[in-house]
Amino acid sequence: MSASGTPPPTIETHASIVAVFRIEQARLVAGLVRIVRDVGLAEDFAQDALVAALETWPSSGVPGNPGAWLMTTAKRRAIDLVRRRKNALQKHEALGRERDDENTTPDLEGQIDDDVGDDLLRLVYMTCHPVLSREARVALTLRLLGGLTTEEIARAFLVPEATLAQRIVRAKKTLTEANVPFELPRASERAERTASVLEVIYLVFNEGYAATRGDDWMRPELCEDAMRLGRILAGLLPDEAEVHALVALMELQASRMAARLDRAGEPVLLLAQDRARWDRLLIARGLAALARAEAMPTPKGPYFVQAAISACHARARTAEETDWVRIAALYEVLGRVAPSPVVELNRAVAVSMAFGPDVALPIVDALAREPAMAHYHLLPSVRADLLRRLGREDEARAELERAAALARNAREKAMLLARVAGGARVAGSDES
Amino acid sequence: MRFMMLMIPNLKPDTEWTPNADRIATVAAMAKYNDELAKAGMLLAVDGLHPVEKGARVTFSGGGESVVTDGPFSEAKEVVGGYWIIQAKSKDEAVAWARRCPGDAGNVIEVRQIFEMSDFAEDVQKAAKF
Repeated sequence: MSASGTPPPTIETHASIVAVFRIEQARLVAGLVRIVRDVGLAEDFAQDALVAALETWPSSGVPGNPGAWLMTTAKRRAIDLVRRRKNALQKHEALGRERDDENTTPDLEGQIDDDVGDDLLRLVYMTCHPVLSREARVALTLRLLGGLTTEEIARAFLVPEATLAQRIVRAKKTLTEANVPFELPRASERAERTASVLEVIYLVFNEGYAATRGDDWMRPELCEDAMRLGRILAGLLPDEAEVHALVALMELQASRMAARLDRAGEPVLLLAQDRARWDRLLIARGLAALARAEAMPTPKGPYFVQAAISACHARARTAEETDWVRIAALYEVLGRVAPSPVVELNRAVAVSMAFGPDVALPIVDALAREPAMAHYHLLPSVRADLLRRLGREDEARAELERAAALARNAREKAMLLARVAGGARVAGSDES
Repeated sequence: MRFMMLMIPNLKPDTEWTPNADRIATVAAMAKYNDELAKAGMLLAVDGLHPVEKGARVTFSGGGESVVTDGPFSEAKEVVGGYWIIQAKSKDEAVAWARRCPGDAGNVIEVRQIFEMSDFAEDVQKAAKF
């Protein structure tokens, strides 16, 4: 420290106290759900503790262990409630019967401190429980695990705050009514329940990465929230390969965010991106997470394969260096673990890059017979690209016009129409 | 958004870093802190730096001229000993995390937001390309 000595004591502001609270919020709520067995009540008690902190800390300063302070404060009220409930229940049951003298309230104090990690994990499984709609899972997870306010979530998903608040209230009620237990899932349903958690996190990420609503193409903050949730989950489930794979996938995709839009705000396809703008730190982190998943003996899931594809792009210093043979092989694997016509279309693009448009065209032609693809504009768009590369210019133009007619997004439609007139451009491979 | 937390330990320039019981305890506390940051999903990178005695400074005097000085630097008051890069939602959150660091008396952590390309004006973004 310089000669000026110690700075004056910190004045705790509302914002600084809320920041401390947010760090503790998820663990606090998880510990409280353990006591009161109800997410809504637990959150209320946590909010009470925040109010107490806002009253106390400006004069007392932030305590050395703020988490313990908040938990003690919230717990006091929570335990009161549990005792009152228990008493009411006992009185009810004890009509005409001697009441058990010894207190049956278990050692609540002792119960709370063991294994905070497990409590957090129980909370994650609860907020991502299949009794809830996808929308409700997303909102509740961001609220309780991500520590976002209702207003922040509403803004991120472009819905009115009242709507979002309602969604959260209803979700909590559903959990209570369905008696969803505060437990880790049984071994038999563990894989499915974990998949639901991963789905929620990836939904949040994608809403930020390829916004489905609003004027912005990306909302980076939402991507950051999803990545943070993914990393938290990786800490809670360190032996789950797919968790690390999802983290890898998100970090690798996020590494390209700065390069995905040009100065006019128009999207730039992957192969045309300025790779100098890719984020090296996120790429390094993504590759490390992927390596961790790869080292695990378990069979590889869909997130792993998608992350491996994304890694092929991340490793190529120029678009020309891209290992298309490997990408085509990985899409074939993905087609087996998570079959879908869209995956098959992406495989066709990779095959065309690796082995030529003539090899890829039969794959696309087979897809064109799938009813699910009848209205998917990227199919004729990819087909147009292959035809153009094969010198079948007239057919290519017709396909592009068909693609433009099918495209629902105005900007995409404009881009396709521009291609009818303009030169060749590789389509369909922009989002890997 | 991202923040860099710069640890300025304020060790005396000639302090020899020998592992004694206190130091080991400090290292353990720091490792626990780093683990907490990681488990909270905040930590993007963390590194410690070799002592300044082993470093060098390149001082520019304009016109392409520069002077190299080997460490230690007697005039240096604040020397960075390590850094963290964290993802946080606000400066308040970053500061709240910095305050949890098990710092020794005299240690200082400077919290600085990292520029994103989008923070720059368009002409600066253009100039950053080469």
